[in-house]
Amino acid sequence: MSAAPIHLGGERLMLDPAGVLHWPARRTLVVADLHLEKGSAFAAAGRFLPPYDTRETLSRLALLLRRWKPERIVALGDSFHDRHGASRLPPAEAEALHRMLAGVEMVWVLGNHDPEPPEGLPGLAAEELRDGPLVFRHQARPAASRFAMAPGGEVSGHFHPKATMPTRVGGITRPCFIADGRRLLLPAFGAYTGGLDARDPAIAGLFPRGARLFLLGRERLFSMAAGPPRAVAGGGPAPRPVLTETGPG
Amino acid sequence: MGTLPEPFAAWFAGRGWTPRPHQLALLRAAEAGHSALLVAPTGGGKTLAGFLPSLIDLARAPRANGAGSLHTLYISPLKALAVDIARNLMAPVEEMGLPIRIETRTGDTPQNRRARQRVDPPNLLLTTPESLALLLTQPEAGEFFAGLGAVVVDEIHALAGTKRGDQLALCLARLGRLAPGARRVGLSATVAWPEPLRAFLSATGEAEAVRLVQVRGGAAPELSITLPEGRLPWGGHMGLASMPEVYRRIREARVTIVFVNTRAQAELCFQALWRLNDDSLAIALHHGSLTVEQRRKVEAAMAAGKLRAVVATASLDLGIDWGDVDQVIQVGAPKGVARLLQRVGRANHRMDEPSRAVLVPANRFEVIECTAALEAVRHQELDGDPPRPGGLDVLAQHILAMACHAPFHPDALYEEVRCAAPYAALTRRDFDDVLGFVENGGYALRVYDRFRKLFRDAEGMVHVRDQRVARQLRMNLGTIVETPLVKVRLRGGPVLGEVEEWFISTLVAGDCFIFAGQTLRFEALDGVSAVVSRGGEGDPRVPAYAGSRMPLSTWLAARVREIINEPRKWRLLPEPVRDWLRLQQRRSMLPPKDGLLIETFPRGGRWFLVAYCFEGRLAHQTLGMLVTKRMERAGFGPLGYLATDYVLATWSAFEPTAVETLFEEDILGEELEEWMAESSMLRRTFRNIATIAGLLEKNHPGQEKRPRQMTMNADLIYDVLRKHEPDHILLRATRQEAAGGLTDVARIGLLLARARGRIIHRSLDRVSPLAVPALIEEGREWVAGGAEDALLAEAEALVEEVTDGAEIFSELLAEVTEGVRIRPRDVDKPRHRERPRRSRFIRSMPRSA
Repeated sequence: MSAAPIHLGGERLMLDPAGVLHWPARRTLVVADLHLEKGSAFAAAGRFLPPYDTRETLSRLALLLRRWKPERIVALGDSFHDRHGASRLPPAEAEALHRMLAGVEMVWVLGNHDPEPPEGLPGLAAEELRDGPLVFRHQARPAASRFAMAPGGEVSGHFHPKATMPTRVGGITRPCFIADGRRLLLPAFGAYTGGLDARDPAIAGLFPRGARLFLLGRERLFSMAAGPPRAVAGGGPAPRPVLTETGPG
Repeated sequence: MGTLPEPFAAWFAGRGWTPRPHQLALLRAAEAGHSALLVAPTGGGKTLAGFLPSLIDLARAPRANGAGSLHTLYISPLKALAVDIARNLMAPVEEMGLPIRIETRTGDTPQNRRARQRVDPPNLLLTTPESLALLLTQPEAGEFFAGLGAVVVDEIHALAGTKRGDQLALCLARLGRLAPGARRVGLSATVAWPEPLRAFLSATGEAEAVRLVQVRGGAAPELSITLPEGRLPWGGHMGLASMPEVYRRIREARVTIVFVNTRAQAELCFQALWRLNDDSLAIALHHGSLTVEQRRKVEAAMAAGKLRAVVATASLDLGIDWGDVDQVIQVGAPKGVARLLQRVGRANHRMDEPSRAVLVPANRFEVIECTAALEAVRHQELDGDPPRPGGLDVLAQHILAMACHAPFHPDALYEEVRCAAPYAALTRRDFDDVLGFVENGGYALRVYDRFRKLFRDAEGMVHVRDQRVARQLRMNLGTIVETPLVKVRLRGGPVLGEVEEWFISTLVAGDCFIFAGQTLRFEALDGVSAVVSRGGEGDPRVPAYAGSRMPLSTWLAARVREIINEPRKWRLLPEPVRDWLRLQQRRSMLPPKDGLLIETFPRGGRWFLVAYCFEGRLAHQTLGMLVTKRMERAGFGPLGYLATDYVLATWSAFEPTAVETLFEEDILGEELEEWMAESSMLRRTFRNIATIAGLLEKNHPGQEKRPRQMTMNADLIYDVLRKHEPDHILLRATRQEAAGGLTDVARIGLLLARARGRIIHRSLDRVSPLAVPALIEEGREWVAGGAEDALLAEAEALVEEVTDGAEIFSELLAEVTEGVRIRPRDVDKPRHRERPRRSRFIRSMPRSA
């Protein structure tokens, strides 16, 4: 496994091909859109999805904790699929989560799916977290308010970005990081989270001068460039259809 | 010989008709209270035969309005057919002045009429399997069907063996409980195996309980093959080269139906014909993606004799009587003898005159296939598939539907379900597991108990939790899982129809495509529809539709192999095809009778391997999975494969060597299941099963306008479930369906055993003549594996190289590589634009930090 270093707001960050971010200077692991208990949220609405999504997501996260040994974890919002998610954690999963968080500083950035701090779990909850030149929030602020942004960099989740890389046998689609000099979008980490195409205006509009995409691979990331949104360049193409999924919440 | 009672005898006489023997046979069966299956060629007065006993009974003993007035239920696979039959029945009823009320009930029936029908049913109700299923979920279904005397199932051969058929069989089993006295009548086109249809119709699931009335003979159809002038195409299935010939034949006949195999082909043939149409003949287009209004317009024009020809897909295969059609032209290979005869029967809807039909093969392989089909028709040999067990996903839906109707005891429902022939062999374990899935998901980890949809009372009766569950079920009832579709709308104009979403996702503004018989320019995606304008320049594309291809019946595939093997039989073939086979003899060799020919050659940056197995597409699918697995282990970097009816073709990043080892028998033993589970085919199967079983929903209460936003990514669920509970009932159902419908391990075993020691490998420097048609095929399967990451790295390095590491736009990348293809797996997810909007809404709410 090899992580890719990038620089944001003057800070050196490592992009892990598993879809998380490590900030070595602060020993901080950042993960976006865990959507824990999405299965049970669907079950409450009458769709009995396999109740193993939390277990799957947490076991993948545990692996990364062993890999990076962070002192702090920042979850970029939508950590639970809905506001009652934490109270539905099965005992075994709740215990695993407590075990994982023991001895680690936990920051729950709030998201649109979980606008309140999770019940009964350790850690701080915040609308956003500022640390040095970086700000961590659930959803990136649109480009219009760029000047209102802190001079450093912004790290966010929310959009579940994915991208298609053309190869000699056709396009291959993977979840991806998206970054320019000012922002970084993380892919969704949860087991049942789909993706939104990086060319979608909702994402592309955040990167008016283009961006670099890092597609997740088994052992490494695959990087490609994305141009600025073509609609801005005048007479550009129609927006590509938006392909993703969402929960009943 | 029997006779008809008055006023029927007089009515027949008035038209110069005498009742046909099979009409009288059905009458006798009805009078004895027996169920009956009528198997007759098209044009035999089948429908009237099915209804005659009911009409006579109702004439004798009219029924009062109100509950109990329903005498006969008619079920057709097509809405349009139900409407058409209702119209045709009105004639005798009105002319004889019979006191009989006839109504239809389909998805198109207005809500108020449906509500009225529930309290005051007509005497004859014509409906579809889906509408019947919906009726049976109603608590008052018992009273509604109490007086039912007969059930008529039309085109039963088109329903049995499908998931719609499974659903219908379960509904018939329930009708057998609600109205035990109702006899059943099945109407079928000529089929190879009537026994499974008898069982399907039977109230006990046993064929013996149903009388078989078979009409043989009729005049033999007059079939011929026509080839295009000039060069005979190598590949492709469109048959456009033959359109001048087709047009000439349309001009010479009164009314022609031009049958094609896919919607894309329909669009292209229609355009080609209109380019040739110097005489401005009235030629129309009919396929399942056009709007209902448009199809009805074409059907009405056809019935009124205003058309000279209609280009149609399977949407016109069934039932509806077009009267004056005097010629059928089949463009492309017919794929099966029974299907060919069904289509041929659309011409000249009278049994005693021969139907005329012309086959227009689109490529060289299809010439051989058409020749084989003609041979088969001449020898009166039919093909057909043996019955397969009913789907457990359909059973899940049915169990919940039955709970919505009334509380049931599991023991009783199990017994009832086993009266349906597709479920006769259902084990109690499978039944209980499906019931468990419906109740609370049925997972080993029992965490969903508080969300259960069903609960059991002290007597063990199963109840539905509440009306919300019932409403959710009714909205999602049905077994047809559609790929996500996008409406095509003219700017400022009407909706023209629907195309699959993935196709639209490959278009950029300004791209042209052919749809609804015209060239359209794509402008933009507007919420739920693709906005287009007329005209446009450049090479238009044609929307393709997944799953629209019919597999060649394996039996016909064998006949094709035989013709190729026997140069003596080549005299049946036209000269260009003989030349083609001779060319193959020179460049490579003909596939031997007992051995297995395998060719390898490089092309377009990949290595191709083509194996001439002739075992039919379904067996080749499975073989493709196994062989590519071996290739992966051998380090050839397999990228994908394609199964046609005749060959298996794989392509890989590196040259396959020692190919004999790829086709050794032991590939069947090695982790077959594991490999299958990774396949895109099994993922597709799972997606359909999860949708029908109710895990993924098509519609959500309160979300009628935007149903697709609620869809989940089935792939992710599949992966998680497979890892944590591989024996879950839905995965068992997926494997069962894949094993029954798509894989034929035994056939492959025989093939490999036969080929052992007789594999002939030809390493060529370019594609061989016989391989060309295969390489032009669509419907490729992807190999998920290490090759994907290798390709990503390669593409990345390529860009670095081209740009010396400088930034370039992704558009440029698309240009330097071979072109972007979107994997269906990545696009069969719903369109969703609401997320940012909804997020804002939630964000605006006060919250504590």
